[in-house]
Amino acid sequence: MTDAALEPLRTAGAQRARGGAWLRAAWRQYRLERRMFWRNPSAAFFNFLLPLLFLVLFGALYADEADLLEVIVPGIAGMSVVAATFSTLAYNLTYLRERGILKRIRGTPMPSSAYLAAIAGHAVTNTALQVGIITAAGALVFGVDWPRDWAAMAVFVVVGVVCFAALGVALSHVIPNFESAPAYVNAAFLPMLVISGVFYEDEDAPRFLSALAEILPLKHLVDGLAGAMVDGEGIATHWAALLVLVLWGVAGAAFAVRGFSWDARRS
Amino acid sequence: MTSGPWAIEVDGLRKSYGAHEAVRGISFNVRRGEVFGLLGPNGAGKTTTIEILEGYRDRTAGHVAVLGMDPADRSAALRAGVGIVLQSCGFYAHLTPREAVEHWAGMYPAPRDPAEVLALAGLEEAADRRTRTLSGGQQRRLDFALALVGDPELIFLDEPTVGFDPAARRAAWDVVRSLRDLGKTVVLTTHYLDEAQALADRVAIVKDGRILAEGPPSELGAAAPRYRVAYRVDGAPPVDVETDDPTAVLHEATAAALARGQRLEDLVVARPSLEEVYLELTGP
Repeated sequence: MTDAALEPLRTAGAQRARGGAWLRAAWRQYRLERRMFWRNPSAAFFNFLLPLLFLVLFGALYADEADLLEVIVPGIAGMSVVAATFSTLAYNLTYLRERGILKRIRGTPMPSSAYLAAIAGHAVTNTALQVGIITAAGALVFGVDWPRDWAAMAVFVVVGVVCFAALGVALSHVIPNFESAPAYVNAAFLPMLVISGVFYEDEDAPRFLSALAEILPLKHLVDGLAGAMVDGEGIATHWAALLVLVLWGVAGAAFAVRGFSWDARRS
Repeated sequence: MTSGPWAIEVDGLRKSYGAHEAVRGISFNVRRGEVFGLLGPNGAGKTTTIEILEGYRDRTAGHVAVLGMDPADRSAALRAGVGIVLQSCGFYAHLTPREAVEHWAGMYPAPRDPAEVLALAGLEEAADRRTRTLSGGQQRRLDFALALVGDPELIFLDEPTVGFDPAARRAAWDVVRSLRDLGKTVVLTTHYLDEAQALADRVAIVKDGRILAEGPPSELGAAAPRYRVAYRVDGAPPVDVETDDPTAVLHEATAAALARGQRLEDLVVARPSLEEVYLELTGP
């Protein structure tokens, strides 16, 4: 074969080699993120023990009311999705940016996309673990039924993860420094948590609060999860909820990409 | 990589932030294997210049080549050939220096041995402590180690010893000297004169986004036309004059002293030091 004839093969080989290097870089970074996560006791507590603690407390409060228990398990599963993606990414990216770690990473040959994929994969792993733990604890400890529609549940978890991860990255752009990160994160997360029917049946809420909850994404995630886990309702029933999550995700992603900064804010 | 004589070529570099022009037409070249210093007061444009060379900032105008490549392209090949020590940069608090250096080694195509890099940076004893327990000097050593582990050809050091005590400073200088012994090209910014004098083969003095003078530290002083002659004679006030022609001044002074049978005490004939040139150039 002539040299020119070999050229496409070489290009394909080089592309495959680059793809392999990309995957290796992302995988190494992912493993490092996991290792660092477990070495940080406060991160491990907020991600795993806190949702379980909520489940235990509300489980005790609602011990005699099976209906309410059925609301609580998907509600806390939804809360876990938000905590593991939205809160964690907003908080961590602000930290990494302000401490100059993003800038340091940016100066190495590691592809930026591989790094960001590793960070995202780490958050997704935490979400999957938490939702799994909450679902299992609900069924095994509190006698709530196992989810009726696993596929619909998986769809809502995945769309919820993408939506809230994008919003978390977007929120980190607004946070000016690491010291104020908890205030920003909690100001967004806690009120949404309270009005979105995570801890109670939201039919009892005053109208303006439920109207606000309808606009925000968390209620729709909880509705979708409750539909799949408790009532066995598929995507067809909750397509509107899915649509709201997708819209928030698209808006969040656009803002997340546009405002991304590797460099600390100048104070 | 290209094999030309220059590790860095900068020609007519400009950078504006809105109406403010931080870099106003800087040109200089850095030879391979040389330690080059950008010396100037805070706000002179040193960090902006070096961050453009590192690929962190876009330039407004001018030509820049680093290892023959345009840093604005942010190619993986260039980032593999360059090590960067930033001014203030955090670490993963829950890793040890050894783990961090080993992880960083994996990011590069042909890294150095992590254990050897830890030794070179003087981190052997602290290698297995959590990073957040390290002292400021040890953290700076880890900065060096992370910048070196990829075995880069060119290393940028932005104000490498700010806030150091004298011992930590000497240790950091030793690391820079060992980099030169390894044949690396080093570009450092500093606002410490003695640092530029001690480390740099060539220095460019920068102020208000322009280069005011450039050359080896010893010759920057020599380029100035004036000499200083100082002495003291018993019973008279001390003499301290600047002159273009020290020979005539000395001839008169020594002849007068000999005629009176006196000695010239504390006789000094000096060319201006880098410090004097620097203060004159960068002064208000």
